[in-house]
Amino acid sequence: MPELVLTVARFGFLVLLWIFVFTVVGVIRRDLFAGSRASRLVAAPRGIGGAAGTRPAKVKRGRAAHQLLVTAGALAGTRITLGEAMITIGRAEDSTLVITDDYASARHARLVPRGGQWFVEDLGSTNGTYLDRAKVTGPTPVPLGVPIRIGRTSVELRP
Amino acid sequence: MARGRRQPTRRNAELVLLLFAMGLVAAYAAAVEANMLDRVTPDFWVPTAIIGSFFIALHILVRFRAPYADPVLVPAVALLNGLGVAFLRRLDLADADPAQRADFPVFAGVGGRQLAWTLAALVAAAALLVFVKDHRSVSRYAYTLMVTGIVLVILPAALPRQYSEVNGAKLWILVGGFSIQPGEFAKLALLSFFAYYLVRKREVLSLASRRVLGIDFPRGRDLGPVLVVWLISLVVLVFEKDLGTSLLYFGMFVMTLYVATERVSWLIIGLLLFFGGAGLAYSLGASVGGPFTSFYERVGTWLDPFGDPYGKGYQLSQSLLGLGTGGMFGTGPGAGQPTQVPEVHNDFIFAGMGEEIGLFGLTALLVVYLLIIERGLRAGLAVRDSFGKLLAGGLAFTLGLQVFVIVGGVSKLIPLTGQTTPFLSAGGSSLIANWLLIAMLLRISDAARRPATGASPLTRTTPTAAAAAPLQLRELPTEVVQ
Repeated sequence: MPELVLTVARFGFLVLLWIFVFTVVGVIRRDLFAGSRASRLVAAPRGIGGAAGTRPAKVKRGRAAHQLLVTAGALAGTRITLGEAMITIGRAEDSTLVITDDYASARHARLVPRGGQWFVEDLGSTNGTYLDRAKVTGPTPVPLGVPIRIGRTSVELRP
Repeated sequence: MARGRRQPTRRNAELVLLLFAMGLVAAYAAAVEANMLDRVTPDFWVPTAIIGSFFIALHILVRFRAPYADPVLVPAVALLNGLGVAFLRRLDLADADPAQRADFPVFAGVGGRQLAWTLAALVAAAALLVFVKDHRSVSRYAYTLMVTGIVLVILPAALPRQYSEVNGAKLWILVGGFSIQPGEFAKLALLSFFAYYLVRKREVLSLASRRVLGIDFPRGRDLGPVLVVWLISLVVLVFEKDLGTSLLYFGMFVMTLYVATERVSWLIIGLLLFFGGAGLAYSLGASVGGPFTSFYERVGTWLDPFGDPYGKGYQLSQSLLGLGTGGMFGTGPGAGQPTQVPEVHNDFIFAGMGEEIGLFGLTALLVVYLLIIERGLRAGLAVRDSFGKLLAGGLAFTLGLQVFVIVGGVSKLIPLTGQTTPFLSAGGSSLIANWLLIAMLLRISDAARRPATGASPLTRTTPTAAAAAPLQLRELPTEVVQ
């Protein structure tokens, strides 16, 4: 084999190797935009951050929730005026809405506002939180007038 | 209808990268033949084509079983695996009679055996992808896996020497000509258990703490599990005479602990415990001897390999000389003398390749490892459940730590230990275990990147919101009203 061919093979392989590396990096770069659902490595409240940017445009003015109404359970009829603060629901004394219900956990669920939309999130309760009939497994947007069921208690967002 | 707006699966990118990787392996094989035989035989591509067809079969399986899996993992690992097989074949050629090199059979020698092991490893990886449809189902067997893992760790230490010792390290099970390295599988089993355990316990581990010097330290009683793992890793260190494996188990646990709790204090405690233990073992080796002697000697060799270049320091000094001969660009594939390095098939494969592909080539290989690890961590970031996060983060970190331990050992950054280089070294246990690790990462990354199912057609009208939002956003019928 001529010396030239061997030299070309020697450096050509290294060049190809690095081209491969950069091609892979290129694929990863394109990928960053396709699946930018990155959250923290530690399981944190998910979804809220990713959804925040897209929500405001979809919530029509005048239809935002201003009150939380308890529609069933021991506290039926109670109203809470909503602000910018998070609402926590549970048996714990420091909850925003303290419910005395055997089927509720101490820290059962919370309602978090993000970009004009309220999200309900289950806090690892024993018996679960239901939005209408669907079990809440992550931050879920709460539409107006749809009951959130916690044990025997139901709450709804009202305009 | 909504086909065009689907989240891209990126499978075609994977195929292109895979073909590129196989082209690289073929180019490497051709260069080896040009240097060693002085001509390129017409069928230089056959081993590459065989191994490439295995990978393409895996790629097709991934298309069906994990369509949203990360597109980079399979090609990057395939490149390392392919180059490993090609390099082992190159070593076989060097050992063979020069007259018979041109028609050296494909399945002969260490390279041929590695080719067969690759097939077995890919079958194992494929089986994992087929049978484990959801990575969370692994957590159901967490305690079984823990017991299996501990048995696999302890077994070589407990077995009599003739069934477990190879080159002074009691890491093996030798049965009827076969040698199995159970530690390779133990790390996967233990990691699954760590992830499961820490998902359940992380609140108590991260919340109850005392603040010392601005860092939150956990309560004494919460240190229990980490101390148990520390003891196990020390047992491995002393009785199996293997610093690398011990570092691997302990690092794995401390890392998952850190990921689960976000507490820097765990890293500090872990590092202190490890270096304290290693320092203690070293000073015990100097004064007491006994089971600590081999560790003491290894550190001595590490500190001064050229003090006894034909005796204890032989491996390391040959490795360093090989790397030095390679220099920046290497001697070219097939043009070096890697057979001068002892154990070049296993522990020192990185030094052997380094002589021929040089610092530039080795750096590229390290970057490929880095990219694999990055994709694993990325899968951990993006997946939705805590168990998956811990498992993916831990698996990726373990792979990285193993590469660090062996490459650091070969290049004299840390004391040398008998770790395998993932995907490169000859050896079935390591190859199968690491391919299982990759299959698990593929499974988790598929779960992480898969768009949530059950989207109603109407909500598809806002594809960007639908793609970015979590599951529940699109399941709600009331979304449509807006």
